Order: sequence, then structure tokens, then C-alpha cells
Amino acid sequence: MGVIESLALGFQVALSAQNLAYCFAGVALGTLIGVLPGIGPLSTIGLLFPITFYLPSIPALIMLAGIYYGAQYGGAITSILLNLPGETSSAVTCLDGYPMARGGRAGAALAISALASFLAGCLGTLLIALAGPPLGEWALAFGSAEYFSLMLMGLVGSAVLTQGDAVKGLAMVVVGLLIGLIGTDVNSGLPRYAFDVPELVDGVGFTVIAVGLFAVAEIATNLERREPQTAYTGALTSIMPNAAELARSFWPAMRGTGVGAFFGLLPGTGPALSSFAAYMLEKKIAREPARFGKGAIEGVAAPEAANNAAAQASFIPTLTLGIPGTAVMTLMLGAMVMQGVTPGPQVVTGNPELFWGIVASMWIGNLMLLVLNLPLVGVWVRLLRIPYRWLFPCVVMFCCIGNYAVNNNPVDVYLCAALGVFGYVLAKLECEPAPLLLGYVLGPLMEEHLRRAMLLSRGDPTVFFTRPISLVFMVATVLVLLFTVKGLDLRVHRRG
Amino acid sequence: MHLHRDILAALLFIAIGAFALYGARGYPVGTAMQMGPGYFPVALGWLLILLGALVGVRAARARDWQPLAWDWRPLAWISVSILAFGFLMPRFGLVPALLAMFPLAAAAGRQSRWHEVVVLTLVMSGFAAAVFVYGLKLPYRLVAF
Repeated sequence: MGVIESLALGFQVALSAQNLAYCFAGVALGTLIGVLPGIGPLSTIGLLFPITFYLPSIPALIMLAGIYYGAQYGGAITSILLNLPGETSSAVTCLDGYPMARGGRAGAALAISALASFLAGCLGTLLIALAGPPLGEWALAFGSAEYFSLMLMGLVGSAVLTQGDAVKGLAMVVVGLLIGLIGTDVNSGLPRYAFDVPELVDGVGFTVIAVGLFAVAEIATNLERREPQTAYTGALTSIMPNAAELARSFWPAMRGTGVGAFFGLLPGTGPALSSFAAYMLEKKIAREPARFGKGAIEGVAAPEAANNAAAQASFIPTLTLGIPGTAVMTLMLGAMVMQGVTPGPQVVTGNPELFWGIVASMWIGNLMLLVLNLPLVGVWVRLLRIPYRWLFPCVVMFCCIGNYAVNNNPVDVYLCAALGVFGYVLAKLECEPAPLLLGYVLGPLMEEHLRRAMLLSRGDPTVFFTRPISLVFMVATVLVLLFTVKGLDLRVHRRG
Repeated sequence: MHLHRDILAALLFIAIGAFALYGARGYPVGTAMQMGPGYFPVALGWLLILLGALVGVRAARARDWQPLAWDWRPLAWISVSILAFGFLMPRFGLVPALLAMFPLAAAAGRQSRWHEVVVLTLVMSGFAAAVFVYGLKLPYRLVAF
């Protein structure tokens, strides 16, 4: 099948009334949680996870995907009007978006951010359609050694390239891998780390980890701060940017898309890092860098394009290799497994309705988001007036019901509270929880591939370095580690 | 006494690693070719202890020790509200569990006002009953004794 016929099939799937409805529900919910600070796509997808069991796989995944990229649109609104990131990936948009709003150009900043996101979304979708199938075909040749090396590269990348300390990130990956081992070992049937608790024999659930570590811990951290709630909603008269602003934004948005697509493809990095990188690039190549930070439209267009492009591109390794690059993608992968879809290179060929349906729905979803964010921006602005003191008890409610709904078992709710405490401690110690989640998801897969590769090589570990594709991943892993060796190597300090 | 946050992080990692080794002591390790269920956990346990030690050694050499500000009050109230929900939900049904959860959670916020909490509790309990029980048809009783 060529790309054109495949896309036609995808649109046929995505344009069914049911899938359109779930796509809309996803992007609207995504915008909502993007706008509201303190609730991110990660905890939302984690909470909706149990509800998606009752849906067929395609609408479920279309909706979850919509939440993710919808949040990239919504986050900008809060950054521009409140000088407070609605999402971490929009944090850098505050730098120039808020000064623009103060200068009376709030409408233009919102419009440019929506348009830049839309441009990036369209190009990102195109990239998935063009790059996904060949990548999947290439990956069909992967054996266990290649999968193990690829996952190792992803885990090391996520630990090293996220914000914060690389060594602590690596340690968090290992903690995640260990949590992933809780439950029955598939090879021997032996329950590991279950301590005779029947609920632990089946392993620790996905929702519990995502909600406890992220949502609950985040509420506790947010409540420590004083609430700086003063929305800048005064001068939202015209949302149309003028011609000069449009012209100045085009190339930054294009470059932002490129930066975002690159970071989205790399395992371990996500929208947050890409938006920072795109902003730095614009500042570096600008003729008047001094304008940045004082309301430069380029400083809104580039990062907003980058975070949406990264969000779209991160679906490529997830859908075609079965390897999630970011914490949210681990949830998508988990949802696929729950739906009975085995993630991996065979998805593109074996399940074309699913793959192309999701790709087409992303383009449709981006179009819906443009409508939601341009004419209807006032609705979201009004939401910003909801005080956090009303919001957070509602989030706690969703956490409770969401966890209870997984197995109708109160133990999941208790475990969520315990993980909330753990997450709070980790936040205080500045240990990023995202690598932990990635390790948790990949842990069982990685052990399985390690065992199989070592069995096939008769216990010879050089198999990871003699097979060419595996060698490439291993070399990349070592390079990423060397990249941060300054933080790792103690002797350098001692001599110096 | 102020401890560097990375010293605490190091102790946490080493403790988790040691616990992983302790938990895995009965699992057959096997060989590199025929890995038993204990092989991977034991390797991870040692790796975590090593990484924890690395974090600790690095922190001990750092000069910029800052006190850590812990604020347990919001976390405690949030945790209690979640535990209360988990305890009450299977015994008394969804509505009583939420009626208890909301005021307990709201106690975590410094700016919560009691009359707002009453309204929020009633409105959201009704909303949850409508959406989850009537809308999504989750098999929960609203009130049960």
C-alpha cells in the first residue's frame, strides 16, 4: 500500500462519527488540562486509563493521543496570560508571551501560538506518515539483542537528557525497573517482591504509579507555594495578529518544528526540552537578541511549534518500534497493551486501521484544536479564573475514583496515597519521576529480551556488540553517557 | 543538622537497592545463559547501590549545603483524604466516601474557606454520581450500609 491509499484508509477510519467524537473529546479535554496549571496530560491519561478498557482500541487511542497534543495547545494560554506555565512544555513561552500580553498583544500571542502549533502539528503528522512505515519495516529485522540495546539507549537517554541530575536520573530508572519487576515472573511463574500480598502478585498497576507519583505529589508541592493567581485578561479585544507579526513568526515556527521533530524522535526527550532548545536557537540567530524576553513574537512561535512537533513525533518510536520515548508515551504503550495490541514494528502492517487511523485523527485533531483555540479562546480564558483551592480537591476526587475503578479494589487507592508520599519525597530531593515511569514500563520487556538474547548467544554478552544494529544503539548509549561524564567522573574534580 | 538533599537521595537509593537484594535472596539466580528469576533483580540492586553511592560521594564533596524545607501538612491531609475514600467506598458507597474526602482534602489548602468547601463537596458529589454511576455506568452503589 502506498502512502496515499494508506492515508485514505486512515481518514476513512478517523472520520467515522464515533472516532470523530472521541477525537474531539480528547483534544477538548487536553486543552482543558493544558490550560489548568497543576494537572498535566500524564495524570489525566493515567486516570482515564481504566475507563478506556470499556472502549474499542482505536477510539481509545485516538482520544488519549488527543489529550496529549491538545495539552500542548492549552498550556500556552496559561503561559501567555498568567505568566505561569500550564504545562512544563510551555514554560519557556512565558518569557515572551506574558510581556506581549502586558503590552496589549495578548490576542496576537494566543493566535500565533495556536497557528504555530497547528503548522507543527500538520508537519508532525506528515512526518509520522512518511517515516513511520519504513522505520517499522527496518525494525522487523530486530532480534532480542537489538531490542535490549534500543531500550537501554532510551532509558539512558531519558535519565541523562531530562531536567536535573544525570546520575540521579539513572538511579530513578533503576528504581523504576525494580518496581516493574513486582509481580509474577513470566518464565518461572515465581512471584517476585510480592511478599504474599495477593494484590502485588499481579504487579503494581499503571494508573496507581502515574497518579500517585505525579498527580498526588504535585498537589502537595503546589499547596506549599503561595498562589499567584492574577490572570492578565484585560486587553483581549482582537485575536488577530497583524501582517508583520505573521511574517516574523513563520520561519521561527518552521525551525521550531524541526527542532521539535528531532527531539520527539530521540528517546528520552520530550516537548519540554524541545521548546527550550527552540527558544535558545531563535535567540541565538536573531538579529536583535535583546528583544527576547520583552515580547518578541518569535519567542512564542518557535517553542509552541516545537512542543507540538515533539508531541507528534514522539508517537513514531512508540507506534513503530514499541519503544516509548517519554513518560506520556509509556502510558500510550500501556493502553495499547491493555487493548490487546502488541506494540512493535508489526503494528503498521498488521494493524493498518489502527496506525493510519491514529495518524489521520491527529491531523483532524489539530484542525479541531485550531478552532477551539482561535474563536473559542475566551472560554478557556474564563477557566483561568477558577481558583486553585476549588480545583485541587476535585483532582483528588478523580485520583481516588480513577484508582478505585481499575480493579474495584481499595488497595489500589491506599497504594496511590503511599506513592503520593514517595513522589513528594522524590520531588523534594529533586529526583525526576519521569525516568522512573519509563523504567517501570520497559522493565519486564527489557528483562525478557536480555534473557532471550543471552540464551541465543549461549551466555556470550558480546552479542550486543557484534550485531551491527545493536552495536549502533550501544555506541549511542555510550556517547550519551560520555556526554555527561563531567558529572559522573569524580577523578576529574580531584585532580583539578 | 542540615543534610544535603543529595545525601538523603543517596541514602534512599542505597536503601531501595539493599531492599531489592534482600527481597531477591530466595530467587534462583541461574547463569548468564539460563538466567533465573533472581538474575535481573540482583544486578539491578547492586547497580542502584552503586549509583546511590556515587550520588552520595559527590554530595559529600559539594559545598553549597542548603536546608531542605519540608511541609508535611498539605501532603498529610491529602493522604488522609485518599485513605478515607478507599476505606469508606466499599463499605458505605460512593457518596459517603466523597462527603468525607472533600473536606479532608480541602483542609490541605491554606486558602480553603469552609462555606466554599460545603458547596464544592455537595456539587462535586452530585457530579460524580451523575457522571460515573449514571453516565459511565460504573458498578458502584451511591449509598450502602
